[in-house]
Amino acid sequence: MSRGLRLIPIVLLVWLVIGLAWRLVKPADTAIPSQMVERPVPRFQLPAAIDGKPGLASADLATGQPRLLNIFASWCVPCVGEAPVLRELQRRGVAIDAIAVRDTPEALTAFLARYGDPYERIGADRQSAVQIALGSAGVPETFVVDGKGVIRRQYIGPLNASNIAGVLRELEQVR
Amino acid sequence: MIAEAGLAALWLAAGLAAYQFVLMLLALRSRIDVVRPMRAVALVQGALTLIAFAMLLLVFARSDMSVKLVFENSHSAKPFIYKIAGAWGNHEGSMLMWVTILAVAGAFVALFSRRTSERTLAAALGSQAVLALGFYAFLLVASNPFARLFPAPPDGQGLNPLLQDPGLAFHPPTLYLGYVGLSVAFSLAVGALLTGEVDSRLARAMRPWVLAAWVLLTLGITAGSYWAYYELGWGGYWFWDPVENASLMPWLAATALLHSINVLAARGALKAWTMMLAVIAFSMSMVGTFLVRSGILTSVHAFAIDPQRGTFLLALLTIYVGAAFVLFAVRGATLKEGAPFDLVSRESGLVVNNLLLSVILGIVFLGTLYPLFVEAVSGEKLSVGAPYFNSVAGPLALLLAVLVGVGPLLRWRSERRPVFGKLKLPGLLAASALTITILLAPDIHLLPRAGLTVAAFLAAASVLALTGRNPLRAPLATWGMVIAHFGIAVALAGMAANAAFSSERLAVAKPGDVLAVGPWQVQLQDVTPTAGKNYTALEAELRAARGDQVIALNPQTHYYSDPVTETNESAIRTLWNGQLYTVLGRSDASGGWQLRLWWKPFVTLIWAGGAIIALGGALALLGRLVRRRRRREPDWRERYI
Repeated sequence: MSRGLRLIPIVLLVWLVIGLAWRLVKPADTAIPSQMVERPVPRFQLPAAIDGKPGLASADLATGQPRLLNIFASWCVPCVGEAPVLRELQRRGVAIDAIAVRDTPEALTAFLARYGDPYERIGADRQSAVQIALGSAGVPETFVVDGKGVIRRQYIGPLNASNIAGVLRELEQVR
Repeated sequence: MIAEAGLAALWLAAGLAAYQFVLMLLALRSRIDVVRPMRAVALVQGALTLIAFAMLLLVFARSDMSVKLVFENSHSAKPFIYKIAGAWGNHEGSMLMWVTILAVAGAFVALFSRRTSERTLAAALGSQAVLALGFYAFLLVASNPFARLFPAPPDGQGLNPLLQDPGLAFHPPTLYLGYVGLSVAFSLAVGALLTGEVDSRLARAMRPWVLAAWVLLTLGITAGSYWAYYELGWGGYWFWDPVENASLMPWLAATALLHSINVLAARGALKAWTMMLAVIAFSMSMVGTFLVRSGILTSVHAFAIDPQRGTFLLALLTIYVGAAFVLFAVRGATLKEGAPFDLVSRESGLVVNNLLLSVILGIVFLGTLYPLFVEAVSGEKLSVGAPYFNSVAGPLALLLAVLVGVGPLLRWRSERRPVFGKLKLPGLLAASALTITILLAPDIHLLPRAGLTVAAFLAAASVLALTGRNPLRAPLATWGMVIAHFGIAVALAGMAANAAFSSERLAVAKPGDVLAVGPWQVQLQDVTPTAGKNYTALEAELRAARGDQVIALNPQTHYYSDPVTETNESAIRTLWNGQLYTVLGRSDASGGWQLRLWWKPFVTLIWAGGAIIALGGALALLGRLVRRRRRREPDWRERYI
């Protein structure tokens, strides 16, 4: 084997290490580029999920004011973890609507009493039909919707405290 | 105190590894006899890691929640067997297991290796010590498995029912044993490059390790494939997932090494190439461990990312592989090639085998890491899927399978007889397989059809190596080769039949509805709730009929509350000519249920083939070990692999 040939493995190793090190320094962005971003919210009309709070229709998301659309369920454990973050966002003046997936009024009422209720409207999506139309695969997910009813960002999985600043910035940008 | 004892044993072992390395430097510099003390040090080092690992098992068995690792990964209510398996079902524990296997392998080399010269043995033991040293440092600095919690929490967090699976408990150790077995080949190669003694004695010393590692990797990959098949409920046996590829790449390199090492052992040829492969095989094991443990590639297997650990592992990988490559570049030129061989000979057959395996390895390597490089350069995200791997590696693998049938019939050095005369029967079988598939199944794709043809050819051709002599007097190693090659034909037939003849049915059914899949009429009779130990479940009653044959199947959907998880438990019925695979999905608004049904003719041959291949390897290993006992002098006229 000539010297040049014998150096090939070293060159390959250098490339491999550079690539892997780059990924270590810059971890993959796990946010999945949503197909729904920059598209209008699909048309839907959902009945009220609990007594005393209105249901949700797509028209409610195009009122001129940017808002969050949170998809959750009382049976979803990560949603419990997310609840304080949503309350904090509401405290800072963010308007939040929700779609409760496959839920019952009793369970929802208990959930909201225990973990807080940051929502203006909650639509009941008993068969996940609207959830599927929104391109959402699970609970919780959160959409940033601008004043014209166009989805600007989709968060898959629970929001956490480190997301608050980003969400506020995005709501400001789409205003 | 148990945890502290384990930690102390780990520190002592690390100290001994450092001492072992110093002894190696002495051995290379001077003519002092260091082999004897090195053997002792390696032995004690192996024993100390075993003690450390035993201490870890003990704290898990006792559910000692004051140990952080136990708290995070175990629970007092867990079944005992999963408490034990929990010891290595996490990052720190698995790394301790890795280094334990590494050190114990080193101790075995010290104890039993009498083949190589003492200088090469000393250099190899030193190399093994350096490998272990890096992983000791990693454990002690960045992943201490014995860290304590104060105050001790009342109970642990690790009661995830999904991880309580016998497949998950024993699949990783099997692969680890295989990975680390290759470390011995690496160390022997490094040792031989340092002393310049790359010869057939070295190949004979290396061969049992490579064989054992290869058998374990084969078993690990086969078992992992079946686990994914029945547990994930997607009906597939291989997904070209990065972590699957991480286990396939060392296997491909080890397979190539296994064959080239025989050329080195029998003929003293392919020296540089074999050393390169020994280095590559273990490098691929390290890359695999790094990919899995650092979690940098998106995968169903991915574990949490910890940048510090990832950096540490990457640094180890760079140092070890880099040093071995540099050593190879410097010393490779001094290797004199052994006996020459003709264009048509056993040797050149094995060279072609090696080239094809290496190209396939390159294809898998490229496909696994290509998305990473594209994103690094252009920021664009993409994924490389099964179509790439199947269409690029598939035809090469088929070509290789044809040559597997021909190669063992060639003589060493020079083949002057026309070999094709011997291949009449396999050729005839292949031709009839081709004709039958064209007549009976004119619509199947080219690749599965070629697969069935090649499988028929190889099944017959693999046995030919036993003809022309009394098969009972053929050495075990020859039997091992024949069985392993036959196993390839079996697995190939399974893959091709699955690709060609599977039928799939996805439908919504109401109780009473009948769905057709392949030759089966499957009726959904009812869906009823049932309760399990720690889950509630919906169970479908299916009645599948084919002619007079009626079987009942009960796929379930499990709902766990802690944590909230939903799993599909497929119901699979294995018949002699295939598997009926059924999965229960969700219900829809109108009272219908999603059902996924597959009829997969001869799919079980895939894993049966894998097991046969491993059996062949195990027989060959046994043959090598027994032969070694019987005859001390190496035989240069050894004809078989």
